[in-house]
Amino acid sequence: MGDLAELISRYHVVLAFWMTIKLTVFGGLGALIIGTLIAIFRVSPINVLRWFGAGYVNIIRNTPLTLIVFFFAFGVLNTLSVSLADPNSPNSIAENNFRWGVVALSVYHASFVAEALRSGVNTVPQGQAEAARAIGLSFFPSLTQIILPQAFRGAIAPLGNTLVALTKNTTVVSTIGVAEISYQMKNMIEFSPQLLYAIFLLVAVCFVVLTLPVGALFTYLSRRLAVQR
Amino acid sequence: MSTPTTVLFDAPGPKARVRHLIIAIAGLVLLLLLLGLVVRGLANPRNNQLTAEKWTPFLQGSTWLDYLLPGLLSTLKAAGLAIVLSLVLGILLGIGRLSTIRVVSVACGIFVEFFRSVPVLVMMLFAYYFALYVLHLAGNQPFFGVVVGLVFYNASVIAELIRSGVGSLPRGQREAGLAIGLTESQAMWSILLPQAITAMLPSLISQLVVVLKDTALGYIIGYYDLVRGGQTFSTNFGNLIPTMLVMAAMYIVINYTLTRIAHAVERSLQRRGRAGGEPDESLPGELTQPPVVTQL
Repeated sequence: MGDLAELISRYHVVLAFWMTIKLTVFGGLGALIIGTLIAIFRVSPINVLRWFGAGYVNIIRNTPLTLIVFFFAFGVLNTLSVSLADPNSPNSIAENNFRWGVVALSVYHASFVAEALRSGVNTVPQGQAEAARAIGLSFFPSLTQIILPQAFRGAIAPLGNTLVALTKNTTVVSTIGVAEISYQMKNMIEFSPQLLYAIFLLVAVCFVVLTLPVGALFTYLSRRLAVQR
Repeated sequence: MSTPTTVLFDAPGPKARVRHLIIAIAGLVLLLLLLGLVVRGLANPRNNQLTAEKWTPFLQGSTWLDYLLPGLLSTLKAAGLAIVLSLVLGILLGIGRLSTIRVVSVACGIFVEFFRSVPVLVMMLFAYYFALYVLHLAGNQPFFGVVVGLVFYNASVIAELIRSGVGSLPRGQREAGLAIGLTESQAMWSILLPQAITAMLPSLISQLVVVLKDTALGYIIGYYDLVRGGQTFSTNFGNLIPTMLVMAAMYIVINYTLTRIAHAVERSLQRRGRAGGEPDESLPGELTQPPVVTQL
């Protein structure tokens, strides 16, 4: 047990865990914003926007996250040298990797958020939209004041699933050297292979601790906030 | 979505049509502007990605025969083996979780919940090092890692699919089985399970997409999959971005086809009126919706 404690401090496991949480939070916020926009595009009356939304979802959802992360890190950052960090900052490489990692996570999960919201829109009865139209609201007010608030409440369960998946998918960002927990897991195992099982259990428990409460919370919320009909 | 089913907006009148046209054109212009920005970025003089020599390698047979197709083949191999194994394990786990023997159902429940929370990559890393340090598999540990990592996660997801599939069946099915003298397990295997699997077929097919996408994680533990093959190839020609675009296109074509098949199966099941429990709900994809979103 002493060996494991030493490993934890040597490889900054707590910091790595914190990095996983940061990736989840920022990635989740980004995905929520982009995903909501795409969902609005997909139900809008304008066909160009609908095509764009459908194209985005179909392309992004069918591409592996690994490839998307690579695309932003090696393609956009290294080859095209589009930097998201201050180049004079001492750890601009790490900052850049982190920020592009967040962008990749947001872009990927936005397609799932958009699909979740669209399924949420489908749970809203037609009568709601008809009533909104009947009292004279046009597309945008009826969407933002009547449909979307109910759609979010109906989409809580799939949104929660997306957040849980996002939490787990933050591990993929370790490919581009963001020091989150699976990155340190690899280093720890290579440093002391005899602790293989303990290290795996440690990392697994970290994720169980993160995902189980989130899953339970969203299940509770989806019941609590479901629109009574 | 060519004919929107929402009543969020009226059939556009002349004024609205003009307005929609203007917004559509503005949207198109913005999109083209964005595209132009990307193209300008790709074609910057320091590092032009659009020159012929970065793209012509894709016309040579050796590119495909030596790098991309072997990569694709091993991606498909790992995905195929993983889906077969996780189907078997997943069905067993799903039935185990529904078992009337308490110890079995609790054990299966813990197994499923645990491996559903552990990221595939973490499981892959563990399986890789397990093969390396414990099993001493010479040279095969990346393949072992990929397949085992995928199987444990996807078996758990499939177990949940089976469980919700069985749960969605009318109670009378099991009761009728028991009434004609079948035992619990006979009723499960010959009455409930076939219907559950049929009802869950679309979700099971979309799970294939997830498995196929997740094989790309094998890159991290050194499995020679499509991404690895493409990357090896691109270092020869310095054409990483074109290669990534080609690889993405390959993944998209395969996965999009699978998704279409899943939808087609779903529709044909609904026509036969066997898409699980409640076909009267307003949302056609209701039954499959949660699992379809769960996985990614």
